[in-house]
Formats: sequence, structure tokens, C-alpha cells
Amino acid sequence: MSASEEVWILGINMTKFGKHPDLDAVDLAANAVIAALADGGVTMADIGVVAAGNLLGGGAASGQNILKQVGQTGVPIYNVSNACATGATAIRTVVMAIRAGEVDMGLAIGVEKLSGVGLLGAQGNTGSGAWEAKGRYGAVGPIDGRIGTAAMPGVFAQVGMEYLHAYGQTDVSVFAKISEKNHQHSTLNPLAAYSKAMTYDQIVNDVMISYPNTRSMCSANCDGAAAAVLVSGSKLKTLSLEQKRRAVKISASVLTSDPYQEASQVLPDVNTLTKNAAKIAYEQAGVGPQDLDLVELHDCFATAELVHYDNLGLCAPGDAVAFFESGAPWRNGSTPVNVSGGLQSKGHPISATGIANVWEICHHLRGEAGDRQIEGAKVGLAHVIGLGSACGVHVLEK
Amino acid sequence: MTNTAEMKQVPFVGYLKLTPGDPHLVAHECRACGARFFDRRNLCARCFAANFDEVRVATQGTLRSFTIVSFAGPGVDVPFVAGLIDCDGTTVRGNIINCAPTADAVTLGMPVQLATYSVGVDQNGVEAINYGFEPVQQESAQ
Repeated sequence: MSASEEVWILGINMTKFGKHPDLDAVDLAANAVIAALADGGVTMADIGVVAAGNLLGGGAASGQNILKQVGQTGVPIYNVSNACATGATAIRTVVMAIRAGEVDMGLAIGVEKLSGVGLLGAQGNTGSGAWEAKGRYGAVGPIDGRIGTAAMPGVFAQVGMEYLHAYGQTDVSVFAKISEKNHQHSTLNPLAAYSKAMTYDQIVNDVMISYPNTRSMCSANCDGAAAAVLVSGSKLKTLSLEQKRRAVKISASVLTSDPYQEASQVLPDVNTLTKNAAKIAYEQAGVGPQDLDLVELHDCFATAELVHYDNLGLCAPGDAVAFFESGAPWRNGSTPVNVSGGLQSKGHPISATGIANVWEICHHLRGEAGDRQIEGAKVGLAHVIGLGSACGVHVLEK
Repeated sequence: MTNTAEMKQVPFVGYLKLTPGDPHLVAHECRACGARFFDRRNLCARCFAANFDEVRVATQGTLRSFTIVSFAGPGVDVPFVAGLIDCDGTTVRGNIINCAPTADAVTLGMPVQLATYSVGVDQNGVEAINYGFEPVQQESAQ
């Protein structure tokens, strides 16, 4: 990092992702917070700032309401909202507070209740009456389905198809193969919402949602929470040997938005801001993509994972299909990607995702990942994209 | 309700111009840098300039990306093909129409052209006309 103060992860936790009918969002968040504090060997009394994210709870799971259950200390709380990058934004907010020197310890929280929620982004096409021009496009009726699609599976399908077209490829089978990898990886993750292997044939023959994305190639809507306790390097020096031993260094913490590009207001651009974030992150951390022992990237759809191989520099420009076909992103490959099972199988409780990805990396760097441990992992990268767009990249080192 | 008067038509979106015999799209083009936008503007997203000219967008293009939507929000008829069309350097969002919604019929890079269709008639007897893009017939593509 460019600032002199280092920031470390002292404690971190994710809940089991899946269906939690008996727990509300505050319960889920509280469980993650309590476990993250215990993991770091600290209490709410040590926390100087909180950043909390929850998109679909309508304010019920604000940071304030979570603290009312775990410790109402009166510290400043930033309720953050950045689409699917909300969790990473919460971490980034705490990192900035620590680097600014205002606090030496802070808490980032992300939680979502998403089980049973349907298609995200879809606006539908109901209602009528009189044609009356409204909004920034002067549309006389709802445009979803009449001028392209607003639903996420179709938006991200186009992202992947655009990549194939840009590099003169037509074979869409790579997308289902990516999904096959992530579902296979999830079999080793007890916290994944789905931990069942699926064959290529099962995946391509599943219910079609938005070609080429079938249901099993889409991220799983589920419930879940994650929380992280961050500490300054100077404060960490005063803590116990055990706390120092398990602390994970945040070598880079980056948040970008989508800069203007031709077409970026027609189809959300998830590429340029990821490339920009990756470049800054590698510079901050002083590591390159070849140094990464594992990567958790934002595979909200199989079509998204492909483009981020390229955007994060895991392969040469245009080589994402060849990179996948080489076996590199499988857990026994040269750059394991989404060994957690990814959003397609581990699940995607939106605001929790950007912290859960960091948890996964920390778990491996601490050597605590059990059956799915990537042996000797020293450096990892966690990436999320929020459509609209926001990109969070964190590089973690042990 | 019977409607004896000549039916009034409105474009489905403000950037569609229903010029008789020549329907086409228009964009707001930044006078300073040439960036094009389809929505109502405050400033240019690229260079922050304030002045725009309304310019015609090419009605022919190539399919830069697409998806076939089989599952959508309430009231949206499926399946349909949503695409991105490169119209001579300006990327346009639209549906691919007058074409089977199958991966055999729709291919990346295929030539397409603007076409219009009726979305329906409202309670006041006004008909909304929308645009889509249809495959260019093989003969004319060559």
C-alpha cells in the first residue's frame, strides 16, 4: 500500500450459505460478527468503526440494528450500498478509516436474505393505460423485453458472448465447462449452498434461463452473512503471538467504478473497471497475476467468469478460453479459480459475497481450509463486481 | 370502442424517429468529443461538455452480442432475443426480431437492419411503434 500504515485481517467469518428460514438478516449478521470477533480474539469494545451492507432488507438489517444485538457501543456506522460489490465496499471503507489514522480497528459486515428471491434486475412489463413518454429515454412503456433485457442472466450472457465475438470465437461450450468446474469445487466446501457435482450434460440440459446460461450456470440466490475485523499494523504489533500468527495482510484494497467507454451506457461494462482495479491492486501489492496461489472472482454467471480471467490478467488478452481449456483454473491447475465453488455453487447472498470471498482466501492462507486447502497458499486475490458498475479487488498475503 | 379517426402513432422511445418510409434512431452526440448517448443528458460522460447535436444512427449493423431470454419478469413475452448491435461504430441495444429465437438462427456477427413493429394501441387509440433489428436477407447482404 502507498500509505505507511498496513491493514490486516484479524478475524473473519462467513455463515453457512443456503436457506435459513429461522434466522432473519440481523441474526445471520450477528452470527457472523460474533464469530469474526472471536476469531480475532477481540470484542465490540475494541471496534472503532463499522461498515455494514445489506441491499434487500429495506433498512431492517442496518449496521445499527445489528449492533443492537451484538454490542451498541456508539461508534460511527457507515451503511454502504454498492450492488454486488457491497461487501467489498464495506471492507474498503474500514481500510480507509484505519489508513486515515482515525481508528486502529474496525468491523465490516455484509448480509443478505435471498432464498426464494427470483430474477434480479428484471423490471417486468405490466401495467398499461395510455402511452406517455417518461424517463430519460422518453419511453412510453416498460422497455424490459422490448429493447433488450434488464435481467441479470441476460445482461451477463451478453457480456460473455461479446467476449467470444471480440476474439472471433463461436463455441459456447466453455461456459458450461466453467460451471462444471465450480460445481465440482463446491463438493469440498461444507459452507456452500450447493455442494453437488454436476456433469457437463446435466448443466447444459438444465432449465434454460438466458442463452447460453442455464439455471446451474447462474449464481444461487441464498441467505448468508460474512464479517471481518480489520486492524492496523501498529495495533497488531501489540496483540498476542497467536493473533499475529493468524493475521492476514491486506496487500491491496481497491474500489473502482466504470469509466466512460463506447457502449458502456448500452450494456454495463464490467471489463474496464476490473482491468483498472487489477492493475492498481497489483501495483499496490507488488505482486503479479503469476504470483497468485488462488483467486476468488465474481462468477455471478458462467459467462462472467470467462471474461474476468482476462480482466484480472490471469491470461494474455483474448486467451480466456485457452486459459480455461488448459486446466489452469481447476483447483489442481496453475491458478485455481473459485475453489469455494464460486457464486454459482457456494451461493451469492449479495452483500455478504465481497467479504465471503476474502474469507475463502484467508482460510487457505491460514492453512485452515481442510479438504479443499490449496497447499502452501501465500497470496490470493478476491474480486467482486456490482453492476452499474463497481469493482472491488483485494490482494491478501500471509 | 370504434375508432374512426386516423390512428395516431407515437415512437416507443424518444430516440426513435418515425419518419415516413425512413424510420431511424437518433443519438445525442457531444459537440466536443463525439461521444453518443441515447438518453436525456446533463453533461457528456466522457469529456463533461454541455452541448450536443442530434445525429442519425446507421440503420444497418452487425450483431456484436446476444442472448436468448427464456425466463423474464412478469408480462415479458419469452423467448426473445436481446442483442447489442454495432451500427457503424455506435452500439445500440435492441431485440432481434423477425427471426426464430434459436441459437441456429441467431449468430454473432450477423448483419442486421432496423425494423419497426406495433407494440399496441392504448385506451386513447394511440399506437406505439417500437424498433428492433432483423436479419438482413442473404441476397442483399452480399
